[in-house]
Amino acid sequence: MPASTLTAGSPPPRASTPSAPHSAAIHCAHCGLTVPPGQRTADDQPQFCCAGCRAIHHVIHDCGLEAYYHLRDAQPGEAARIDPHDRSYAEFDNPAFSQRYCRAEGPLLRCELALSGVHCAACVWLIERLPRVVPGVIEARLEWARGIVSLSWDPQRVPLSRIARGLASLGYEPRPARGGADREAHRDMERRQLVRIAVAGACAGNAMLPAVAMYGGLFSGMDPVHESLLRWASMAIGVVALAWPGATFFRGAWAALRTRTGHLDVPIALALLIGGTAGVVNTLRGIGEIYFDSLTVLVFLLLVGRFLQTRRQRSASETLEALFALTPHSARRLRADGATEDVPLDGLLPGDLVEVRAGETIPADGRIVSGESAIDASILTGESRPVPAIAGQGVHAGTLNLHAAVRIEVLCTGEETRVGRLTQLVARAAQRRAPIVLLADRIAGWFVAAVIVLAAATLLGWWSVSPVRAADHAVALLIIACPCALGLATPLTVAVAIGRAARRGILIKGGDVLERLSRPGRMLLDKTGTLTHGRFELLHWTGPDDSRRRAAALEAHSAHPVGRALAEALAENDDPLECANPGAGPPQSRTCAAAPDVTCVEQHADGIRGRVDGREVLIGAPRFIRRWLSESEAPLPDALHRSAAACAERALTTVWIAEDGCVVAVAGLGDRIRADAAPAVRALRDRGWRLGLLSGDHPSVATATAAQIGFRADEPVIGSASPEDKLHEIERLMAAERGPIVMVGDGVNDAAALAAAHVGVAVRGGAEASLAAADVYLNRAGLEPILEMSELSVRTMRSIRRCLVASLAYNLFGVSLAAAGWLNPLIAAIMMPISSLTVLALASRVNLHPVADSSAVSPQASEAPAMLPVHAGRAPEPSPEALPCP
Amino acid sequence: MSVIFIALPVAIGLALSALLVFIWATRAGQFDDLDTPPLRMLHDATARDAAPHDRTPPAG
Repeated sequence: MPASTLTAGSPPPRASTPSAPHSAAIHCAHCGLTVPPGQRTADDQPQFCCAGCRAIHHVIHDCGLEAYYHLRDAQPGEAARIDPHDRSYAEFDNPAFSQRYCRAEGPLLRCELALSGVHCAACVWLIERLPRVVPGVIEARLEWARGIVSLSWDPQRVPLSRIARGLASLGYEPRPARGGADREAHRDMERRQLVRIAVAGACAGNAMLPAVAMYGGLFSGMDPVHESLLRWASMAIGVVALAWPGATFFRGAWAALRTRTGHLDVPIALALLIGGTAGVVNTLRGIGEIYFDSLTVLVFLLLVGRFLQTRRQRSASETLEALFALTPHSARRLRADGATEDVPLDGLLPGDLVEVRAGETIPADGRIVSGESAIDASILTGESRPVPAIAGQGVHAGTLNLHAAVRIEVLCTGEETRVGRLTQLVARAAQRRAPIVLLADRIAGWFVAAVIVLAAATLLGWWSVSPVRAADHAVALLIIACPCALGLATPLTVAVAIGRAARRGILIKGGDVLERLSRPGRMLLDKTGTLTHGRFELLHWTGPDDSRRRAAALEAHSAHPVGRALAEALAENDDPLECANPGAGPPQSRTCAAAPDVTCVEQHADGIRGRVDGREVLIGAPRFIRRWLSESEAPLPDALHRSAAACAERALTTVWIAEDGCVVAVAGLGDRIRADAAPAVRALRDRGWRLGLLSGDHPSVATATAAQIGFRADEPVIGSASPEDKLHEIERLMAAERGPIVMVGDGVNDAAALAAAHVGVAVRGGAEASLAAADVYLNRAGLEPILEMSELSVRTMRSIRRCLVASLAYNLFGVSLAAAGWLNPLIAAIMMPISSLTVLALASRVNLHPVADSSAVSPQASEAPAMLPVHAGRAPEPSPEALPCP
Repeated sequence: MSVIFIALPVAIGLALSALLVFIWATRAGQFDDLDTPPLRMLHDATARDAAPHDRTPPAG
């Protein structure tokens, strides 16, 4: 925009244009606003509203970054199912809501809201500018990683509902952040851990001061007064380190001893206890070795290792938080006088009538009283086909009302709903799962026994020489045998591996996942969204092209999901938007000259009927067509009969298209199988995994999909599985089979199974609840990351074993020196950091390069990733059966 | 060498004060969220024009 326009004080040209009568508004190629007439150019180059947009567009274009526009335009369509401007958020002003989620700070109120759609630095900027958008908001602080904004506002000036609408208008749909107590507990735990590390670090650093001085004194001699000062200072620092941060290990060891399980804390605590006691006794006696420098560094390093590992892990409480988010937090209740009011979900009672509009989530379990719609229940059932919903039918909370407003009589709410029971199921399944005994902890038991035997042997061996020296050597052995490197090996390797995996789009919740996945077992795959794309698409078409065009025109009027999929797919060859919509005005371009003229549209539950270009067109399920054509009994032509049979064999949803009383075309719709599914399944099998398919879809669909992907006859394929069935199958397999049971899924209906399985893997695009319940979240589309994850865990375990061997070798060396009586604190102090550095170097070598490295490791593994497209989501999908037949 | 009687307590005292500051910072929540502040830093300079006290409403 030229600067002169602004200085002249006249309104910018853009502001005056919307009212100007222009037959076709031209939109800015960068920002999408209307281009003012003065800025238009005559050629057919991209048009811009101002010089700034033109400059930015050219920068983006010159850098070859046009994908920016596609990404920008693609994203909101997927995410925004509900128009945020449509909602009043009146329930946020309800006193019950304030009491539960808000707290007063003087005249102000403070509240935490969870936002959806927080991605980047710009989001932080935008949300924290809320005080300018909504006057009365004092402060908005966003916690970016969790997407939680902490708001402080003046209730006298602005109600919370107004703030919520402001956030929604910015594109971030708010909901109350539940689980505040859990978050606080987790935060406090992390703070305590940090403080312990700080104390241990300060002690370790300062214990070095007297220690180095004393080592100097070993060679040059030392004044006894100075020496005793240094010894007492060492002891003071050492006792603090052992008693405060070191107490973690004593508690861990005590818990392990009480439950009689092996744990690495036991040998660590043993060494700390004996080293500490010997050091205190020797300091009081004034002679003998003290080891406080080594012990304090030991405590510090081990705590740092553990902190790195836990920092990578997420808190378990997020699971339930995400499940709560499934149900809306408010409902539109119908009052006796017919008006509606927004009430918080807690205020909803059985017997209430609620209205649920198209695109909204159903707030409670109930029964439809009036209205006719279709329900997407995939969240509970995994069934990808929408279910028609008519009066009298039961509906469940959390499912999505697709295309018309319905009124529902509430039967039960909150925890008694199906989704509420599912929440409890997930919580119980997660609790029941037995923790794995890590490799290092399994070694620990043997380690303690070996060290005690060796110490006893040393004591007996030296007893004949001198009882005092025998005791000294035995104590030295017990201290040097402390598995410092052993204790660092697992946390460091796991932290490195989790970090590497995260960079490849594999987010791993805990280190035990890697250990569980390192041996092949059984992997159960969910169908919808995991092996398939999870949406309805046209996979088969038999019929003439002009019927196709007419069908597309008619289906453009349909709100039914099947109809929409059909309209999108059929219209792909034509100019989809302008031609299919006859109400938009007179045809403007030559492609639209032949736009079919659609009239008399009638929408039914299982089909649609209308006049297109003077012909009567019927599109719908076979039973719908038969109902309308009953008088003429039009026979199905042979070709169509065969194609209908083919669709039925592949378990596609069959749609017939009839024109003027004759069936002219058959379309088959289904959920397209991912191109990488079959190769991934083969590759997994090559790695020794046994497979299985668990689907909420109809058994015929599940079987057909399994057959197309290439499942074997002996691999279980279970259809119509409810969330409870999936959980039971997982539990049955866990009891019956050896090896890890891995569940791969994406839906809420998989959440309980994901939580119960040894390892639950949620795939990209899945529901938030399944992500939270799973141990691993794959942030890239397709099944290739599963293979990578399996490879990574094998390598991680190999690296952990290498580290363990190295640290045991150091221990063996130290123990031999101690048994021979050659060990002194200086050697111990030098050996310990060297062994830790060795482990550090080994741990950082865990690597994950999909193709290049794996060939060196195992021959079968090298094939698998190479066969898959690197970015499966972007690659063209060449499966021949997926293309519509001409 | 008698300077050690002063040097050692001073060294430990320095470490202790650093430790206390760190513990205070931890308890004040300085290390709770390590993701957002680096992002906030990118645009903090422009936020100065609207200082918090300007936006505080009149009491009452």
